[in-house]
Amino acid sequence: MSDLIPIVSVAEAALSEEKAALSGLNAVLSEAELTAIDREISHVPYRSAAAIDALKIVQSHRGWVSDENLRAIAHHLEMSAAELEGIATFYNLIFRRPVGNKVILLCNSISCWIKGCDNLQKKVSEQLGVDLGQTTPDNRYTLLPVTCLGACDKAPVMMVGDDLHEDVTEQAVQTLFGDHGGGGE
Amino acid sequence: MSLDRPLTRNVRPDRSPTDLAAYEANGGYRGLHGAIGKLTPSDCLQILKNSNLRGRGGAGFPTGMKWSFVPMDNPSGGHKYLICNADEMEPGTFKDRLLMECDPHQLIEGMILSAYTIQADVAYIFIRAEYIKATQLLREAIAACHDKGYLGKNILGTDYSLEMHVHVSAGRYICGEETALISALEGKRANPRAKPPFPQVSGLWGRPTIVNNVETLCNVHHIIERGADWFQSLGLTADAGTKMYGVSGRVKNPGCWELPIGTPVREILEDYAGGMEDGYQLRGFLPGGGSTDFLTTEHLDLAMDYDTIGKAGSRMGTGTMIILDDKTCPVGFVKNLVEFFARESCGFCTPCRDGLPWCAQVLDDIEQGRGLQEDMDTLARQVEFIGAMGNTHCALAPGAMEPLASGMKYFREDFQRHIDGAGCPWCDGGIH
Repeated sequence: MSDLIPIVSVAEAALSEEKAALSGLNAVLSEAELTAIDREISHVPYRSAAAIDALKIVQSHRGWVSDENLRAIAHHLEMSAAELEGIATFYNLIFRRPVGNKVILLCNSISCWIKGCDNLQKKVSEQLGVDLGQTTPDNRYTLLPVTCLGACDKAPVMMVGDDLHEDVTEQAVQTLFGDHGGGGE
Repeated sequence: MSLDRPLTRNVRPDRSPTDLAAYEANGGYRGLHGAIGKLTPSDCLQILKNSNLRGRGGAGFPTGMKWSFVPMDNPSGGHKYLICNADEMEPGTFKDRLLMECDPHQLIEGMILSAYTIQADVAYIFIRAEYIKATQLLREAIAACHDKGYLGKNILGTDYSLEMHVHVSAGRYICGEETALISALEGKRANPRAKPPFPQVSGLWGRPTIVNNVETLCNVHHIIERGADWFQSLGLTADAGTKMYGVSGRVKNPGCWELPIGTPVREILEDYAGGMEDGYQLRGFLPGGGSTDFLTTEHLDLAMDYDTIGKAGSRMGTGTMIILDDKTCPVGFVKNLVEFFARESCGFCTPCRDGLPWCAQVLDDIEQGRGLQEDMDTLARQVEFIGAMGNTHCALAPGAMEPLASGMKYFREDFQRHIDGAGCPWCDGGIH
């Protein structure tokens, strides 16, 4: 039986190493983030039920959710990082890659399509020098498509940050992003 | 005769929000005062049943019947939940935004009386993240109601208590499906759930739960205050009440109006939306959002109600019409919708996850001039497979097949022209 001893020690060592790594994860998130997450946890029956709120809290502080942040949130919610990743990547407004200071959500659903959102997207892309899913080199904007924004009587529409822009024309895009160096030229 | 428009009576021309004082000055919260502690929950349920209110989220299920499945004996004393589905994302639908941005207290009052009827003690408003203004207004309205004693412990001094929360979503169209919404609220991936068990029995956290659309809930306190007969009298046909109708596309005056349910399509299109834009002809329309079947010019005199539109082979859905004009390619139109549904599939079941991208690819081939004659058969077969309820886990994929199947029926010659001419006739000198 003596030959088993080293194996047990190795396992114990690995376990304590993992514990140390996990306790280090708590330090990844700020006090403000943990406090906000704990407030959400207090409203739900079990910790992992606050998963989406926790992801949104961290994103609101940092703009996006990094791998390190994701592992720390998962640890705090007592769930696996893999499960949390499955949740994070399901929702289009949880960003697992860095985004610009303002996210442009360009509606490309049917009413906006009828009113020419494809040309509008080309114009925005040209002006900013980015395709859908990309961020401008100066980190000001990320351009994303979005499902129907519920303002179809004012189509085409898009959101820039928190602001809804209605009846958007190519001229309006020019005015909105005209000062941007882009990279399109 | 002035029309009775209960849902939009506080909507101002400039669409500025109505606050608590203005809401109450115009008779707001009278329904609440008249019901809580004065009518029993079963009185309220009976009024709702008699009113023939049907769900305004698209399915048109009778609201009173839906609520009647909630168990009213609650020996364990556990929570019961009311959830407002404010995740408006159906393509071409823009009615709930207006109701919440212009008159947030109407929704809150409707929710309090709905929760009282099913004796829910916790209510959620599940709202999409892009509705920033509505979220803020609803939070302010909830806080104002707490101060007034309309929410919280012992409402109006009775033993009825209700907490209300706004939950801001993190995206995805599928969250509008009621069981997917419950999954999302529980912090999970928003996969729909198999029914039974129905949410009325086992919903949020396994507890009895009712999920209703914004417009549905906005009707409730009017009905309880003014009675089932009054509500029935508002409709022009067999359906009861008013409906938020909308029109988008190439019309002169796109917009959203509250009208008696059963108003003819032509009246909505011509009198309210102002008819087609100059230089555009009407070819067809989706009556109520992206997942409804096309109807055409032959259907203009139909009444916009659940049964009439259903008999014509479509669904009234959300009641917000999307117009197909003669300068827009029907194949491109359908392709946009099918691509939307393919993108928004939750990925749980194979027909939806794999079938919708397949359809989208075939439509793209046809639109780009790579279409083969047998592609029409492929699409028809997919419509048959995916469109049949029961082959998929939820209604998303069958919904996606509605504009595709009806588009192929009414605009078949346009599909054929794409294949025969190896290209899109609208792309050469047209818009799309």
